[in-house]
Amino acid sequence: MVISIASGKGGTGKTTVGVNLAVSLDKQVRFFDCDVEEPNAHLFLKPIINERTAVKTFIPEIDFTRCTYCGKCGEICQFNAIAVLKDYVLTFPELCHSCRGCLFVCPEKAVRESSRELGVIEQGRAEQVEFIHGRLRIGEAMSPPLIRAVKERIDKRQINIIDAPPGTSCPVIAALKGADFALLVTEPTPFGLNDLILAVEAVRALKMPLGAVLNRAGNHDGGVQSYLARENIPLLLEIPMDRKIAEAYSRGQMIVDVMPEWKEKFRGLYQKIEDILNGRK
Amino acid sequence: MKVAISAKGKELDDEIDPRFGRAAYFIIVDPKTMEFKAVDNRQNIEAMQGAGIQAARTVAEEGAGLLITGHCGPKAFMTLQAAKVNVAVNVTGTVREAVEKFKKGEISYAASPNVEGHWR
Repeated sequence: MVISIASGKGGTGKTTVGVNLAVSLDKQVRFFDCDVEEPNAHLFLKPIINERTAVKTFIPEIDFTRCTYCGKCGEICQFNAIAVLKDYVLTFPELCHSCRGCLFVCPEKAVRESSRELGVIEQGRAEQVEFIHGRLRIGEAMSPPLIRAVKERIDKRQINIIDAPPGTSCPVIAALKGADFALLVTEPTPFGLNDLILAVEAVRALKMPLGAVLNRAGNHDGGVQSYLARENIPLLLEIPMDRKIAEAYSRGQMIVDVMPEWKEKFRGLYQKIEDILNGRK
Repeated sequence: MKVAISAKGKELDDEIDPRFGRAAYFIIVDPKTMEFKAVDNRQNIEAMQGAGIQAARTVAEEGAGLLITGHCGPKAFMTLQAAKVNVAVNVTGTVREAVEKFKKGEISYAASPNVEGHWR
């Protein structure tokens, strides 16, 4: 089982929902923080990291003893990462998207494989939760390949919880793809609703079953509930606007740390997801 | 030596385009005869990234030894250096005025890019 937690808008509570869900289940859970540009789940789960692996991606390197400056590698590059001049070739590794087209078209085998570091994957343990996250190298612009590398550690026999980055662009799609269920966390504000709608559209394009969590729920809901009802999206959990939760968060504590009775609610959330998926089979 | 100037139009009396990579045209001028041609840069204007790099290649391929423009970023500058094209930045006015300045020796070459890259 793979559950991906996404949101559209940032700061709605993806990580809060993810970590509380992970520690509430009495089962083998693997937790993946795929918000590799600013991972923060470790602040709450406090894992002991016992493995660190660098993740690299292909970039071209030119062998000037073979190059005839024919220009084919530069022509195929859609990202302008290679500039062939009349007696020199420049490469711009940070623009390269690792498609290997240059390697493929070079008639002289003058393009060689080299690599640039995208970031690291760190894995460790937080009680019964196996914890895995990616950290993008500072200055690196391309996160999807690192997210995909993090997700290679999914074990389908266990419960896998993926904390996706915010938004609806490529990194989010990379984090959502292949999951069994998309859990969208939103908040009762016009921004929350606006970005929820974008996230729902993205998830529907991926043809994934989905459900919502309304965080910081209060007296008015910014139209979130009527939108969900209209779209037939199940609202699986409401987390109230509660100072106690906010204070705990600010100290790096989870909801279930200060209100253990919430474990039951998160177990209920998991059960509802399982029911939806079973109903589909 | 031919001179390339980033321009908003195709003529000598058109204004210099302050952007290099995404300039509308490059005017390639022979300062001795004032013969010139305009190179359309439309393809680069729509480039996702690396417009400056490709613009630098275009200027080099046209055989220019000097580029006169407004702003030049680090990747374009690096490419121009590798192609042995000198760069003059922060030049304003029309293409013709820039060529006149060059002929009077009033154009100085830049030793480094004058704007930051878009990526880092």
